[in-house]
Amino acid sequence: MSLAKIPKPDDLLQIKYAPPQTAWMETPVDFRPGTWSYSAAAKNLAALDMPNPRAWQPSDADWKLPENWKRIILDGMKERLEKYRSFRLFMDICVRCGACADKCHFYIGSGDPKNMPVLRAELIRSVYRRYFTASGRCFGKLAGARDLTVDVLKEWFYYFYQCTECRRCSVFCPYGIDQAEITMIGRELLNLVGCNINWVLEPAANCFRTGNHLGILPGGIKDMLEFLADDIEDRTGVRVEVPINKKGADILFVTPSGDYFADPGTYTCMGYMMLFHEIGLNYTFSTYASEGGNFGLFTSHKMVKRLNAKIYAEAKRLGVKWILGGECGHMWRVIHQYMDTMNGPADFLEEPVSPITGTRFENARSTKMVHIVEFTADLIKNGKLKLDPSRNDHIRLTFHDSCNPARAMGLFEEPRYIIQNSCNHFHEMAEDTIREKTFCCGGGAGLGNDENMEMRMRGGMPRAMAVRDVVRKHGVNRLGCICAIDRVTLPPLMDYWVPGVTVMGVHELLANALVMKDEKERTTDLRGDSIEAPSP
Amino acid sequence: MKQNMNILLSFITILAIALVAAAAAESQIAGNVLTGIAPYLVLAVFLSGFVYRIIRWAKSPVPFRIPTTCGQGKSLPWIQNNPVENPAGPLGEIGRMAAEILLFRSLFRNSQTEIVNGRTVYGSAKWLWLFGLLFHWSLLVILFRHLRFFTEPVIPFVMGLSALDGFLEIGVPALYISDMTLLAGLVFLFLRRVVLPQVRYISLFTDYFALLLIAAIASTGLLMRHFFPVDLNAVKTLAMGWVTFSPPAPAQANALFYLHLCFVFVLVAWLPWSKLMHMAGIFLSPTRNLINNNRSQRHLNPWNAPVKVHSYEEYEDEFRDKMKAAGLPVEKE
Repeated sequence: MSLAKIPKPDDLLQIKYAPPQTAWMETPVDFRPGTWSYSAAAKNLAALDMPNPRAWQPSDADWKLPENWKRIILDGMKERLEKYRSFRLFMDICVRCGACADKCHFYIGSGDPKNMPVLRAELIRSVYRRYFTASGRCFGKLAGARDLTVDVLKEWFYYFYQCTECRRCSVFCPYGIDQAEITMIGRELLNLVGCNINWVLEPAANCFRTGNHLGILPGGIKDMLEFLADDIEDRTGVRVEVPINKKGADILFVTPSGDYFADPGTYTCMGYMMLFHEIGLNYTFSTYASEGGNFGLFTSHKMVKRLNAKIYAEAKRLGVKWILGGECGHMWRVIHQYMDTMNGPADFLEEPVSPITGTRFENARSTKMVHIVEFTADLIKNGKLKLDPSRNDHIRLTFHDSCNPARAMGLFEEPRYIIQNSCNHFHEMAEDTIREKTFCCGGGAGLGNDENMEMRMRGGMPRAMAVRDVVRKHGVNRLGCICAIDRVTLPPLMDYWVPGVTVMGVHELLANALVMKDEKERTTDLRGDSIEAPSP
Repeated sequence: MKQNMNILLSFITILAIALVAAAAAESQIAGNVLTGIAPYLVLAVFLSGFVYRIIRWAKSPVPFRIPTTCGQGKSLPWIQNNPVENPAGPLGEIGRMAAEILLFRSLFRNSQTEIVNGRTVYGSAKWLWLFGLLFHWSLLVILFRHLRFFTEPVIPFVMGLSALDGFLEIGVPALYISDMTLLAGLVFLFLRRVVLPQVRYISLFTDYFALLLIAAIASTGLLMRHFFPVDLNAVKTLAMGWVTFSPPAPAQANALFYLHLCFVFVLVAWLPWSKLMHMAGIFLSPTRNLINNNRSQRHLNPWNAPVKVHSYEEYEDEFRDKMKAAGLPVEKE
């Protein structure tokens, strides 16, 4: 679904928050075009040895579920209740205070009560009560329990693929109940019976085989990076090297494939390459581990591990000292909170030390993987970079904290430090919409596809509105971020709600300002746009 | 409407409990059961249920360290981290949990989202936090105050607390502040549930019932204290009898007291099986009680198992020709 087919912004903004007349258990799900994602193609399921590959669509009446689908789901729930304290606890302790309700971007943008995190969780809690608690078994609906039926399964599908696992609700919940955790388990259960979406499973299948979500083959990766090096030479007059699969490099650099595949991520990637060249870093890209992102996170914990395993394996094969990771949101959730547990210990690597400044990254001493904004902030702090912020005078920037670095790491000051050293016009959005309270782009967790466009525009609305405010107040024309999914999903969101605002990664901003040895006089930024500030 | 049915049914259940209690007050045998056997039964159900629930939670491992971070993390030494909202060590973690449990830190963040003139506006909404906090602290104070029935001599702390609680010295016996704040909290929480359409939409029978049950306990207690005094000496004798495992034969049955007792017994016995277990669950919440030291300390998953991966060898085998054609190094020629 293209932007043209969805309602105009002013109409979309007429959101009804009054719940429907019918109780939620009696309100069936409506698969309205524009609000759901296409099913995963059978070939992708087969490539990953996942159950029930078949041709079907969520809008079909018959989902072609396996004969014993109910048993599979209930056994799957039992297993996960025993494996995850989070799941069991979050099923039990919610008091339905509703503090989370209007914290979810999908609820704010749609008014659909089942998008209140509390009710999204009740979709599965009601089944938990029915089959796993005495009160639910005895009192049924009175105890908030209901049978697991095909309609319930469809409802799960619709709403668990209308959650971007951004964890904003978890910040406001008095018990820290995290809908992302419930959605992740809910999606795992759906995957057991083959109910999944192609926008998640195709990247996962590609990543498993080719090393990256987009399915780019080794030669293709080299071509693209060389192409970016050509562009860099064109803009700066400096030829940067493109080290790939290089044994003997000190550092393995892993970034989302979106960064070297599509605008505006490519400009961020050019930024990394210029930075590494300028400081003389002995690093390498890898074609085997050519993906930082991990769509396993939107499939199952097992898939996270299967896809993530490549990074340590490649670091070991190439014999690097440690790993540096590019700008990405959910990639960093995986690296920060899952990688070491799943695929560690990385005892074959060294504790990360910046070869330029000598700084020991003690916060990464076990996982041995450093976030590029930590690395770059340290370079700037130690005076290792020559920056000319006036080269970004044509940009009036605001910064979007990406969900996962915000709420799963607390990476707030590092990107801001880089921004403040790289440009002269930086304006924060409203306090309720940044840092740990940041709003999702509306297209994370695999929902950034075209068929789901209306829901993306709805879910991204709170973010876009906050941008619109700083556009009006400060004339902002650029939205910065440190997430590859953002760089893909925010441009259409801006086109729809706040036309005129473009999107960039922090390292694109940095590279614009980066004064390189032997560079020619810069008249354009990395995009080829004039750096002359427009007359006010 | 189903939501309204839930409210109605909660009232009916409370009334039913009241009727049973009133009937018990009329019968010597029922009275004996209520004051002689029920307390031990209720306590046994409570303790076993409470322990059972906690063990069941504790038996499920925490496979991944998944704190929700709400402030700057500890990274480079010159960046000021937020030690409480994003704890880097055990002290900060204790601080974070204390703030959550004692002050309801996260609920304090509550805001109200509105769309006004085509703009999203995030208004302050601290009422839920304020009344929620008042309600819970009042409950705790009231619980402590009741220890005067169960200790002889009464613990000085309880005496002091009661004196403090009644320092306004309104009426005889003095009105307790905690009683008033508890009622205020109850009224707010109940009205909020009934009046706000979104909250009513998500509310279950149990949500109303829990509030009404506590309201029933509070109102019978207040009636006894301020309007229909009971023989406090008899109550104390009874309570001390329970503590010393020699419950006396009940003196003259007091219907109000029996009502109060019955409601309390229902609450205590029901608590471990209800959402009220959030009081224990919050201590175990993995998004709050874990330290954000993920990359510096490895977290172990007890059921971490090998998975099928796509090895570099398989990858190179498939793409070797392409890699060579692109001039990329390969392991095997």
